[in-house]
Amino acid sequence: MKRWLPYGCIALLAVVPFAPVPLYYLHLAILILIMGLICTGWSLMGKFGLVSLGHGGFMGIAVYPMALLWNHYGLTPWLGAPIGVGLAVLLGVLIGYPAFRFRVVGHYFALITLALGEVVRLSIIAARELTGGSLGMTPLRVQPITDVSWYAVQFTDKRYFYVIALVAWLGGLWAWRLVNRSMARSALEAISEDEVAAASVGIHVTSQKLRITLLSAAMTGLGAIMLGQYNQYLNPNSLSGISISLEIVFASIVGGMYTMLGPTIGALITIVFRESLRAYFGATLTGMAETIYGLLLILFIIFMPRGLWGFVVARFAHPTGDTSRLEVAATR
Amino acid sequence: MLLVDSVSKSFGGFLAVNQVSFEVKQGEILGLIGPNGSGKSTLFNLISGTYKPTGGTVRFEQRDITNLPPDRICHLGIARTFQIPRPFKKLSLLENVVLSAYFGDDALRSEAEARRRAEQALETVGLPTDAGVSVQSLGAAGLKKLELARALSTQPRLLLADESLGGLDHQEMEQAADMLHRIRSDLGITIVWVEHIMGVLMKVVDRVLVLDYGEKIAEGLPQAVATDPKVIEVYLGDQIALA
Repeated sequence: MKRWLPYGCIALLAVVPFAPVPLYYLHLAILILIMGLICTGWSLMGKFGLVSLGHGGFMGIAVYPMALLWNHYGLTPWLGAPIGVGLAVLLGVLIGYPAFRFRVVGHYFALITLALGEVVRLSIIAARELTGGSLGMTPLRVQPITDVSWYAVQFTDKRYFYVIALVAWLGGLWAWRLVNRSMARSALEAISEDEVAAASVGIHVTSQKLRITLLSAAMTGLGAIMLGQYNQYLNPNSLSGISISLEIVFASIVGGMYTMLGPTIGALITIVFRESLRAYFGATLTGMAETIYGLLLILFIIFMPRGLWGFVVARFAHPTGDTSRLEVAATR
Repeated sequence: MLLVDSVSKSFGGFLAVNQVSFEVKQGEILGLIGPNGSGKSTLFNLISGTYKPTGGTVRFEQRDITNLPPDRICHLGIARTFQIPRPFKKLSLLENVVLSAYFGDDALRSEAEARRRAEQALETVGLPTDAGVSVQSLGAAGLKKLELARALSTQPRLLLADESLGGLDHQEMEQAADMLHRIRSDLGITIVWVEHIMGVLMKVVDRVLVLDYGEKIAEGLPQAVATDPKVIEVYLGDQIALA
């Protein structure tokens, strides 16, 4: 019974778009799945103490080349996407290798990544002849115009994107599971605690950290590519820079970066919350939604440091409240 | 087996280890003693690659390992323990040792084999092998044993055991000495044993090296070293017990 539960959930998620669901909710579901993938990628680093404040950098560097290659050379996103993901991975090497090699850890690592997100954003804005600067750019409509173009990955029907996003998100969870069941998890756990002791038992600290960073960068890049392709609009402020980088961090913390579903739950909460607050306050009291969101985040960090989902999982698995066991349970 | 040739290490203007040379022969237990701050642990860090020496060379089995990183040195067959135990608290006791067994041998690809080696190492030091035991449940003596088990699980040929400032009572120290003795005789592992109290060590080791202010002041058989005037001066006031 319990074994079949995940498959049941997946099947349920797969049929959602074929039920009469209002388009707006389908739109939200797509955004949640994509952000869920990105946050899952971020948490793969975050849960091992590699706190990145610049994952927006991996987004921008992945999605823009794909869109530009399509607009200027007509290269299908099926080829543009791997190129974009490859570039995100390359950026991961450029930032990760020196940082890990020279033992830039903790706050200093966070600061370096903070710069990374901004550098990518400013570069995109600076190349405004190509990218449209801060006004953003639109991938060209496929010619002749059709409703369904697999070649251009342009669909008028949202359900196509829903299925694509669902598959990618499941792929992200699968990657999480693979990492969690490998010896790399123990190694990264050890590294996050004591790099000297980890190295003394033969762990190559730099390569372990680099590998998880590259996986995280690839997942984030893929998420950004789907986001750009789904919206058919690219903006440097929403696909790179500090603001989206922090949104990823917040969502992962709120949901709980130590559990497999936590980051996705975080993405769900963030997106639903932002949308409903925006609908409630509308154009009056601009900034109120962000203020409430910020306050809630602080409360979460204080009272539920393992996130909402981490809290639920821990309570569910060990209702007696033995906290040391809770910690362990919540990390699985 | 291990050849340390005029190795030095300075931190800023402070010379922690000054041109120390010695040799470790296959199969022996070499005692490394000296008062607090005499450079024993620094010397260990230099051999195991945690620190890079500012001068001199270290050779292990005819191979220059002076500037190799710690993980490579571990793969070559040198394992070390830490003076103050450094367990991975987020992992269970067994996971700590399986991890070391798995990564300590760079040719090893099998988790099952890593687990077998880990259980063997835990049995050698006398710790439980069940998966559920947490590191938090271990006391000072248990954590010392975990350090040893982790080191042994990497299948070393040379063990650098840093036991100084043990915080162990007399009986626990006797047990620790006994264990090192067994590791040498049963597993054939060569040992360098760091200690700052001479008593128990003197009974187990084949030879002794004495450090003071980062310099080697004596080297030889325990009996000879214990009666060396320079050593007596350094340890003035300390009881040099030779049973």
